This record gives sequence, C-alpha cells and structure tokens, in this order.
Amino acid sequence: MSDVEIPEVDSVSGTGVPIRGNDIDTDQIIPARFMKVVTFDGLGEFAFFDQRFGDDDDQKDHPMNEERFQGANVMVVNANFGCGSSREHAPQALKRWGIDALIGESFAEIFAGNCLALGIPTITASTEEVGALQAYVEEHPDAEIAIDVDRELVTYGADGEDHAIDAAVDTAQRTALTEGVWDTTALMKSNADAVREKARELPYVEDGQIPDAAD
Amino acid sequence: MSERTLYDRVWERHKVTELPTGQDQLFVGLHLIHEVTSPQAFGMLRERDLEVAYPKLTHATVDHIVPTADQSRPYAEDAAEEMMSELEANVREAGIEFSHPDSGDQGIVHVIGPEQGLTQPGKTIVCGDSHTSTHGAFGALAFGIGTSQIRDVLATGTIAMEKQKVRKIEVTGELGAGVEAKDVILEIIRRLGTEGGVGYVYEYAGEAIESLGMEGRMSICNMSIEGGARAGYVNPDETTYEWLAETDAFADDPDRFDELKPYWESIRSDEDAEYDDVVTIDGSSLEPVVTWGTTPGQGVGITQPIPHPDDLPEDKRDTARRAQEHMRVTPGETMAGYPVDVAFLGSCTNARLPDLRRAAGIVSGREVHEDVRAMVVPGSQRVQRAAEEEGLKDVFEAAGFDWRNAGCSMCLGMNEDQLEGDEACASSSNRNFVGRQGSKDGRTVLMNPRMVAAAAIAGEVTDVRELKEVTRA
Repeated sequence: MSDVEIPEVDSVSGTGVPIRGNDIDTDQIIPARFMKVVTFDGLGEFAFFDQRFGDDDDQKDHPMNEERFQGANVMVVNANFGCGSSREHAPQALKRWGIDALIGESFAEIFAGNCLALGIPTITASTEEVGALQAYVEEHPDAEIAIDVDRELVTYGADGEDHAIDAAVDTAQRTALTEGVWDTTALMKSNADAVREKARELPYVEDGQIPDAAD
Repeated sequence: MSERTLYDRVWERHKVTELPTGQDQLFVGLHLIHEVTSPQAFGMLRERDLEVAYPKLTHATVDHIVPTADQSRPYAEDAAEEMMSELEANVREAGIEFSHPDSGDQGIVHVIGPEQGLTQPGKTIVCGDSHTSTHGAFGALAFGIGTSQIRDVLATGTIAMEKQKVRKIEVTGELGAGVEAKDVILEIIRRLGTEGGVGYVYEYAGEAIESLGMEGRMSICNMSIEGGARAGYVNPDETTYEWLAETDAFADDPDRFDELKPYWESIRSDEDAEYDDVVTIDGSSLEPVVTWGTTPGQGVGITQPIPHPDDLPEDKRDTARRAQEHMRVTPGETMAGYPVDVAFLGSCTNARLPDLRRAAGIVSGREVHEDVRAMVVPGSQRVQRAAEEEGLKDVFEAAGFDWRNAGCSMCLGMNEDQLEGDEACASSSNRNFVGRQGSKDGRTVLMNPRMVAAAAIAGEVTDVRELKEVTRA
C-alpha cells in the first residue's frame, strides 16, 4: 500500500466569497447532469452552474462570477448549507473552484463529513456574525480572513480594521484537521485484525464473508 | 445521551475501536454501491494500491443513469454507457455481486436491498447515497456517505463516525382515510424543519408507524435526510419478520431466520430507553400533505392555505419568498388547483408494489388529463414484473400513463427522463429542490402516490379524498 501524505490543516487564510441563503442544497452546488463522470476532475467550472449561468451560458448576477471575488478561497454561507444529496461532487466542485474553507451558520451533516474527508474545514458561527462577515466581504472583497482551526477563531479586516469571530469547529473535525488524521483509510486499515474479530462476533456475518488475515 | 435504544445497541455491536479523532471506527455489515458515487472511490483505491476488503458484504446495482425506455447496450448516451462499463469492470475485478439489468434483479438501490433480504435488522448499512436511511425501516442503522468514505469502506470494511443523539418521534393514533406514510414524513419535516434533525438519528415509533407495512416504513425512513437526520429507523417487529421471511435471504433457509431472530430482538430499543429528545405528533389529525416550495419542509395540508412568508419564523422568510416566486404560488390559497404538466410515479420513496397498487386504484377506469404527460417508473425489475403480472401495467397504460423500466429516473433527472422548461410536476419522489428534476426552471410538488395519480387525472393538484376509488373489473 502506498503511503498518502495527509497534511495538517491548522489554519486557512485568504479572501472570501459570500453565498447568501439558507438550505442551499447540493443540487444547486453541482447539478446532477454534471455528475455523469467517473472522476472529479474538471468539476470546478460547474460549481453553482445554474445560479451562475443562463440558458445560453450567459453570466448571471452571482458572487462567483464577479471579478472582485475571483481568487477567493473562503466561502461564507448561511444555514443548513449543503443539504440534500450525499454527492461528494459538491465539495469537490467547490474545492476545484478554489475553496479551502467554509464559514457558515450551520452545515448539513453529510456535506460537512465530505468536506472533512477533503481536509476542508466547515466553521460555524452565529447568524449575526456570519451576516456581518458576509456584509464586510461584500464591502471589502480584498479583506484578509484568517481561520485558526485549533483556537476556533476567525479574524478578518481590511484597511487596518480588525474583527474577530468566536467560531466553533466540531471536536472530531478539529482533531482530525489539526493532527492530520482527516484521511482515515490508512489509520483504519491498520486495525484490520480487530475489524475481522468484530466481524466474527456479529451473528449475521458468515465465515465465508470474512477475508483471510494475509494482506 | 441516549441509552438502551436500538441506535446505541447497534453502534456498540459494530464499534471496532475509538480513533484518535474521537470518532469511532464502525464495522459495516452491508455496503451498497451504484454507478454515480463509486467509480471515483475505486479510482482512489487503485491510486493507493488497495483492494476491496469485504467484497462479499458489498452489493452493486445501477439506478441513477440507467435509461428507463431503451436499455439495450451500449446505452444511447455515451456518459451513461461509460459509467455503466466502469461499474461492470470494478465489480468484476473485486468480485462484488451485481444486480445487473440482465439478472432481472436490478433496481433502485434502496428497493433491491430490502427485497433481496440484504437489508436486515441490526446491520450497519452504508451507501454513497443520502437516501440510504431507507433501510432503517428494518431496524438497521443505515446512512449515506460520500465518495472518500466509500473508499474507506471499500478498503477497510469500516467507517469513521461520530455518535449522534437520538430523537424519538412518536406518531400516535390512526391515520385517516387517504393519508399515507408519505404525508407523515412530510409533516414531520414541515414541523421540525429541514435542519431539525442535524446531529440526530430519528427513531420513528407509535401506533401510526407500527401499523404501517414495511413499504410505508421505508417511505418514512427514506426521507429522514430531508429533515436533516442522516439516519432514521423503526424497531423491528412481527411485520418486519414476516417481510424478511419471504425474501431471498430466508425463504429457502428458515433455520438461518431462526438463528438470527434472537439478535434482531436483542437490538430493539427498551420500553424505558432514554432519548435525547422526544416529539409526539397526533397521526389522526393529519391530511394529505403537498409541498408549495423548493425544500421538502415547505409543505402544507391539502386543505390548508399556503403560508405567507411574513408569518413564518424570521430565518425561513427569505427562502420562502424565493420559493414562492419560483413555484408561482400565492400565499393564502391552497395547493389544490395548482396546474401540473407532468406526473411522476417513482423513486426510492414511493415506487414499491403497494405504492403502485394504491395509485392504480385511483387511475383505474379514468384517463390522464390531456395536458399531462404521466409516467410510472417501478423501483425495481422485480416490482415491475410483479406489477405487470397483476395487471397494474395495463391499468396505467389504459389510462394514458407511460410504463417504463426500473431506475431513479425523473427523481433527479440523470437519465433522459427530465422536466422541460418551467413544467410543473406532481411527484412521488423526495426532493423539490430547484433544478432537481432536470430543468432549472422546473417546478416539483411532492405528494403521496395516490395524490400523484389524482393530479395526473385532474391536470392539477387535487385532494384524492374527493375522488372515489374505482374497483377494477
């Protein structure tokens, strides 16, 4: 088995792009017709496609189309972001567009899990604080946003201003990101003997369904 | 923290160890895969030189992209053919059983698992599909996962998870005439919200749930995720066991059934189990529910007025305004009379045999409205055959419905079955998101299968209770 380097994600910094609205589902983030692919490559250009483009591929008003938000790597969202389908294509598309972290009021569970599996933090903060950050980013698209994952702190500012948000990062997510164990395959593979033991204990698993120990 | 619930028990029985993240490593008893979310995971395995650890606990089907009209190979659409070929190659190489269309066992993953007896009480079941919660109807702990997690499960037979809280949702009383499981879950989501279940697993209980057959329980557990809960379940009981006894797993092996039944009994929640939250809903007060908006939580009883955004909680108003604009509905009016262009009977929520039977009871002796194109997409090839044998196909076709082959179809528009332009669709599926059914201007109204049948005939959303059931000759 080849070793996979798993970087520690202690912090993310960069500029932001605000995406407003509650209950933004994964069908909006990446419409199903762009999922007829067998790899995730190239999904970035289809992120929020139907919000960004009209029938003739003409550009619509959308933050991701605006020049001033090109290069942003922190997406600032509202409540229940990423609800709906389990498609990892959604965070994969955002990542390929350039997103390294999301700050929002709340995230749907499967979406947040998929982000974690890609090393993308999903930071939560209050409605007021997220709203203030979205407004600030719109006023100051060049504002630097700094996320300290371990301290659960978001700071941002431009033109010498300095704002701070007391944010929250789920405990397991924080540990996984800061200690570089968010890619769990090798870690769990190392427990293969205990897994086989567990399988043997379960009445519904038949002996013939359990692989031999020799790996 | 919850104690002595089915969730706690199944979790403990499957916990391998605690990981450094504080998550638990859970053994996966059944891994279901399909063509959309698994190919990238097989690619990741190849990159890392890993093999599938538990191929015999893995089962594949093709459902999302499969054409429901002409299924001859190669598929007309190149992308669909490529995805199918990739799946065929991956399962062949790994030695994974495949409910291939040629086998006669193909269908939507959440229909075929239960009907083949793969889905059983007390199993942990995962699939790269959010509606995996369906399998909780049998007392399994079942939830959707992303592709990187599919890689984990393929490579290790396990998954890293954080334990959730448990909310018991007790639906008391008897459901009224014309009120179905679908209405119960739409009402639950309406009341608790689309993110009310985040961080929770839902245990559905109470007389109204217990008196449902397995198909109704599946419809409810299926849509747990629409309420934010990644998993939902019903404790196994005699209804569950009777269903299981008829499946492939046990029909010819009653000894195996007897061997496993004590385990199924042992994982049931105790009468005095502790829950993190309990919600009670009076099932006898419900009526058919339809959605007026673009989230499954934006529902309303068929005789009730569509809410005015200003009357909703502040955090719901903006979404409601945009939804009403998209749907072109008027607050204060009911959804009855909302014109529909398409009627879709299908999906992992409502495309099982009893769903089709009930809808056929409404359709029989009537004709689809001239302005409506109506289609039935059975949930599996087995459902399709059974329905054809008992004459349901003839009933639907006589009324003007298009009878198609099994697949996900217009629930998410990944094959040729799609809404066009701003068509409005009466749909027995699970999501009314903007763009969900293949057209970004399309409008989806979620409802139970009999309500879909009624809408197809009337050409508009209609209270099915006002139509008389016609007995088939």
